[in-house]
Amino acid sequence: MEMLPLVLASITVAATPLLIAALGEHVVERAGVLNLGVEGMMIVGAACGFAAAVLTDSSVLGLLAGGFAGMLLALVFAGLAIGLATNQVATGLALTILGLGLAGLIGAPFVGQPRPPIPPIALPILSDIPIIGPAFFRADPIFYLSVMLVIAVAFVLNRTRAGLLLRAVGENHASAHALGVPVRRIRLYAILFGGLMAGLAGAYLSLIYTRFWSPGMTAGRGWIALALVVFAAGHVWRLMAGAYLFGGLTVAQLHAQAGAIGLPSQLLSALPYIMTILALLVLAVSGRRGSGAAGSLGQPFVPER
Amino acid sequence: MFRMTTRRLALAMGLGLAMAGAATAQEKLKIGFIYVGPVGDFGWSYQHDVGRKAIEAAFPGRVETTFVESVPEADSDRAIEQLARTGHKLIFTTSFGYMEPTLRVAKKYPNVMFEHATGFKRDKNVATYSAKFHEGRYIIGRIAGKMTKSNTIGYVGAFPIPEVIAGINAFYLGAKSVNPDVKIKVAWAFDWFNPPKEGDAAKTLIDQGADVITQHTDSPAPLQQAAQRNVFAFGQASDMTKFAPNHILTSIIDDWAPYYVERTRAVLEGKWQSQDVFDGLAKGKVKMGPYVNMPPEVKKLAEETEEAIRSGKLDPFMCPIIAQDGKTVECKGGDRLSNEQVFGMNFYVQGIEGTIPK
Amino acid sequence: MRIALEQRRAVSRLRTWLTPLVALAVALAIGGVIVALLGKSPVVAFKVYLRDPLTDPWALQEVLLKATPLSLIAIGLVFCFRANRWNIGAEGQMLVGAICGGGVALLFLGQSGFYILPLMLLAGMAGGLAYAAIPAFLRVRFGISEILTSLMLVYVAELLLDYLVRGPWRDPKGFNFPQTPSFSDSALFQPFFEGGRLHAGALLAILAIILATLVFRRTLFGFAINTLGEAPRAANFAGFSERRITFLVFAISGALAGLAGVVEAAGQVGQLRPGFGQGLGFTAIIVAFLGRLSPIGAALSAMVIAVLLIGAESAQVVMKLPFDLTRFFMGLLLMCVLAGEALNRYRLVIRKEG
Repeated sequence: MEMLPLVLASITVAATPLLIAALGEHVVERAGVLNLGVEGMMIVGAACGFAAAVLTDSSVLGLLAGGFAGMLLALVFAGLAIGLATNQVATGLALTILGLGLAGLIGAPFVGQPRPPIPPIALPILSDIPIIGPAFFRADPIFYLSVMLVIAVAFVLNRTRAGLLLRAVGENHASAHALGVPVRRIRLYAILFGGLMAGLAGAYLSLIYTRFWSPGMTAGRGWIALALVVFAAGHVWRLMAGAYLFGGLTVAQLHAQAGAIGLPSQLLSALPYIMTILALLVLAVSGRRGSGAAGSLGQPFVPER
Repeated sequence: MFRMTTRRLALAMGLGLAMAGAATAQEKLKIGFIYVGPVGDFGWSYQHDVGRKAIEAAFPGRVETTFVESVPEADSDRAIEQLARTGHKLIFTTSFGYMEPTLRVAKKYPNVMFEHATGFKRDKNVATYSAKFHEGRYIIGRIAGKMTKSNTIGYVGAFPIPEVIAGINAFYLGAKSVNPDVKIKVAWAFDWFNPPKEGDAAKTLIDQGADVITQHTDSPAPLQQAAQRNVFAFGQASDMTKFAPNHILTSIIDDWAPYYVERTRAVLEGKWQSQDVFDGLAKGKVKMGPYVNMPPEVKKLAEETEEAIRSGKLDPFMCPIIAQDGKTVECKGGDRLSNEQVFGMNFYVQGIEGTIPK
Repeated sequence: MRIALEQRRAVSRLRTWLTPLVALAVALAIGGVIVALLGKSPVVAFKVYLRDPLTDPWALQEVLLKATPLSLIAIGLVFCFRANRWNIGAEGQMLVGAICGGGVALLFLGQSGFYILPLMLLAGMAGGLAYAAIPAFLRVRFGISEILTSLMLVYVAELLLDYLVRGPWRDPKGFNFPQTPSFSDSALFQPFFEGGRLHAGALLAILAIILATLVFRRTLFGFAINTLGEAPRAANFAGFSERRITFLVFAISGALAGLAGVVEAAGQVGQLRPGFGQGLGFTAIIVAFLGRLSPIGAALSAMVIAVLLIGAESAQVVMKLPFDLTRFFMGLLLMCVLAGEALNRYRLVIRKEG
């Protein structure tokens, strides 16, 4: 099968931005904050990343600028949701709406401009393995970065004191505060990390995935990232599997069409959402507490003295 | 009923100063455009905007043009009416989905002239116009048929509407006329302008073995994708050479400028009438970009085909046309299919695999 | 030294009512700066965005037309949000309502009868209600957060609509374009004024405002909703069933969103097609917050948002200001409102401590 490695490579590219954005939101939610603004931060990342890449003629600077822009937007969210303890659901939605508009304004002068591709990096030896080699080891640098990030996040969350504190803050902010843990500062850092990741994922879309800026180009991927975090129910590895599953669905949908399979493409597109709800249901029925979500997820925290 | 005496034209406020200076001169003809996408899509809306600028250039000082971009088809009545009631006398609505809204607004403003692109319903003050893009597709079909080595060509379609179906058929007939073994695979983006989705569709087709990609969607994303995977592709709507200089073969260019200028002149001279226009290479509404990245004999073939279609000797749908089900299509246009048959085309020709999505 | 929040004891009525206005003013000031940065006159922009839609009868009708679905949905959301139930899937409930109501219209295609439109309205409400019942059920029965389930269901509803209008419900005479046939006259709201588009849907919105206000001011149920939202434990002690209230607020909110969907389908659109929702269900969330979670406030802020949306279109025609500016502004406005509310609840104090 010579098609298989090509399809796998396509899935990798589809899954990488989902994985990166979801990884950021995962950390945010572990810290007990629900930021529904992923879509907004992502699209601003895409617009700023593309704009910076065109202006500096450097895709690397573009990726950095995208991440930075996402982080700036996350800072606005943190200022409201942490600083002023506003409702996180509403603040996140506001961030998405604001981001969609802002990205359109920033991107307007750059519509229709071309960008050269970022050359893939072929890893020696590994890239010569049949099927797996061309599928995973001749990928773009951000793909490798995403894998490293998964490992790093899993390690930090589960094996370090910082990760322990972060999870403690998410599980019960009142008792963490009572123990002297700086709840709001930890949450601020988590939110900024989430923004960085969402912005980077957005820049990946406009600089690697399509190499083109167009308004609304994130096309709901931010929401899919949120769904992924729910789907993963607290496990980084499941997050990665989910990202590849959802990415695979995107690709499968088009292959089904080109291969003339008579399934409505809408059904395949709806699957990530339906599967997320079903996953929640299975978790709930199987009797595990909650849905793997952090205990004080989404609740504003106001320290009392 | 509301009295309209207190009505203030919104436009008068914004342009009051500019207008005051020119008040003594002859009143300018105001022309409005409704676009379905962003002006910068480099495809459909962009080309209409090129046509709009051509009007301004052709009648300096006598016309004034306005456009509203990214108008959702489901909620377009208001934007169209806004143009009509702010004194625009000629309004171009440039997407099929504006058909019913255009007709509704036109009924309320009998003195405003409307031009609806690609539609089929007309009224006393609503004309329709479209272009025979399938003529260009026949040419690129022949080029693709010559250039493919895998004998598999990928086609990214927007919606399974007659315009796109006719394009696929013309493309396939062109390819088959020079390469009997050619196969085409179609992937639908179900969107006119959605770069990530169009790119994904192109990628899928390449994964499935296509080594030439063509598209009937508006962004350069499929072309870029093709370049990245080192296969050939074509530009759509505008000359897209800059997006893939080494992998583009040519572009089918929509040139609305001559038509827009002609219709503006008709209004200025008081000769505007509702009509239906469906023409292509011969009238210059469809143009071909430079033929590049191909051997000289293929270039020659393309140029000869273009000339034959322009002169009327050749048509993509020369009879007999056999449909996918094996039945011969009735020939209503003499030696070729009639305009109506092409405009409402709803079947694949024999040799194309797969079905039109339902 | 650090900045801390301190709970305010009492907040004056005047202050709570002024907050949204101050937020609006702050957002407008920031918006004005951006307009100026784009090289346009903020003064003209204010006129086009805010004054013209309210002084021109045609535009005023359009404002009311736009405010109708927004206020219907937002009033429903007020029920949910007051009870601290985060239904953010109103967009999906609206679409399912439009699908059910539109299905009735397609069933009676080409027929006439006074009963068709009422039947559509009922079908739409039932559809929206049923769709909202899914996240409510998952929350009540399994304790699954309604925030994400209701949001996920929006996309499922969008894809369902997409499937229907491209597949089984596609207009056979529509050249394969994804849209249903246009509804027959009996399935459409007729405009009040010749030449305008305002229709009886607006009366439904007014009815909803009155009923919702009565529920919150005069009924035990309204009291129970507020108690559940503000002090869930107290609600339990008072014997209010959390499950029942959750179900009911979702049902009301879903039914109103579904109604809004039919009002749009049978009003200005006259058929079903992709992109039908236009994000009204999400915009309504801003409306509900801007209206301080009161039914009358929601209706008023629906007007404000509608003015902005209509003004945005004029601004595009007259000033060539991009539509994205309006979207940005709406996000900004919601943030200002949230910040204002927070500053009402808390006082910012600077403490000198370690």
